[in-house]
Amino acid sequence: MTSLFSQEGLTGLIFLVLLGITGSGALVAVTAGRLIRSVAGLLLCLIGVAGIYYFLNSPFVALMQLLIYVGAVGVVIAFAVMLADPNPDKQPARGRNPLMGGLGFLTSGAVFAGLAFLGASTAWKRHMGPPTDSGMAAIGKSLLTTYSMVFELISIVLLVAIIGSLVLARAGREKI
Amino acid sequence: MNLHSEPIRLLAFLVGIIAFAALNAAYLVWLERKVAGHVQRRIGPKEVGPFGLLQPLVDGIKLMTKQVLIPDNIDPILFRLAPPLLLIPAVMSFVTIPFSETLVARDINLGLLMIFAFASINVLGILLGGWGSNNKYAVIAAARGVSQNVAYEIPMLITVITMVMITHTLNLNEIVRQQGGGIFNWYIFRWSANPLMLISFLIFFTCSLAETNRAPFDLGEAESELVAGYHTEYSGMGFGIFFMGEYANIVIGCSLATILFLGGWQCPFGLWPGVHWFLIKLYILIFTVILIRWTFPRTTIYGLLNLSWKVLIPFALFNLILTGAMIKIWPMIFP
Repeated sequence: MTSLFSQEGLTGLIFLVLLGITGSGALVAVTAGRLIRSVAGLLLCLIGVAGIYYFLNSPFVALMQLLIYVGAVGVVIAFAVMLADPNPDKQPARGRNPLMGGLGFLTSGAVFAGLAFLGASTAWKRHMGPPTDSGMAAIGKSLLTTYSMVFELISIVLLVAIIGSLVLARAGREKI
Repeated sequence: MNLHSEPIRLLAFLVGIIAFAALNAAYLVWLERKVAGHVQRRIGPKEVGPFGLLQPLVDGIKLMTKQVLIPDNIDPILFRLAPPLLLIPAVMSFVTIPFSETLVARDINLGLLMIFAFASINVLGILLGGWGSNNKYAVIAAARGVSQNVAYEIPMLITVITMVMITHTLNLNEIVRQQGGGIFNWYIFRWSANPLMLISFLIFFTCSLAETNRAPFDLGEAESELVAGYHTEYSGMGFGIFFMGEYANIVIGCSLATILFLGGWQCPFGLWPGVHWFLIKLYILIFTVILIRWTFPRTTIYGLLNLSWKVLIPFALFNLILTGAMIKIWPMIFP
């Protein structure tokens, strides 16, 4: 049993706190009755994930997580919620169909079991010492060399999304 | 520096940063009221202390002793969560601001990115506060604030990317260090890197005005249409914290403009660099921000969004392409 105030104890405590933030955010996102609170829970969860990235010594990924997921995606989701129906009473009540709950549990259980099986069956290489260079330069190099195909494909997906939203936005207008 | 002084240094910086943010919030309100007074041929606050200098203290006491009214029919959690959500990221951003070469709480390599990461959070404070208030004016104001923030974050980030392409670093102290040796080494006058540097600065400054919800872009707080804006339902210190967050954001925006374009703590003629130069430039910029608020009329929401999408973003993109071309082509022509 390590002491709480040793190095391992403190890092473990920080990790558990970050895990708790992520988990509680996810729980709020799933269980909250009001849509806007679900969004807030999701954002809390994403902040926790950013904290875990920071904990794993990749501050660049952590800050990008904050900038893109919490800042951009979260704000866009919240904005969409604000444009939707503000009255929470009109939302369909949950759990009307008892089959739906069972199916949900089954699906999530299957996904969890699959991921757990993958995690347990993979031979993890134990990495000793501080993590290798996962800084900006390394990420940029690998994005533009090893993973340039994936990078370009993602940009095509984003382009399609932009054009699609433009088409949708254009439809309701008579002139610009 | 030995290991024992590090926690003490951090604690000193923590206290100093909070004091700096709070003092700025208090005295920028005083400056704002003084400038507003003189612009409108009044005197402004003058009763409490010499030149009304103790007015912020009295205002602070008033705000703190007022009852915090929590209306019915609000979302109690989001309503209480929103003011700190606006203030905390702004205060955290001070951690990486280099006031002078050595006076910086954490000289991290990703300082610029960190400030933008936290700046993107504080819009959530506006959004959740407006929504949680369950007040139609607050919701309209929050929707306006968010669309404005989303629109202006794009040209701002593109401009910052052009700056990063030129500086090759995200470390704010390093960026300032590259601008040493006189006024023509400041990035605003570095025409060899990009002939449109002045326009970059203007885009950045305009965007920071809009990001901090300052007039002429303060549509989230258009009193004549929206009662008070997204903080309509907040009273006492809830409102006070919104205000502190707003002024802290102004200081952050002007600090960034100072660091990126105006040489930070470097001296214009290459002598005695230090914290005083940073503060002089910072407060000149803040004074400009305040003067703009009281001399320009408020735009409309369409004018605001059109300015961003039809003017600032195309110019910022052109700037980005031009900078890239300058970096690649310039060394080929003049090796």
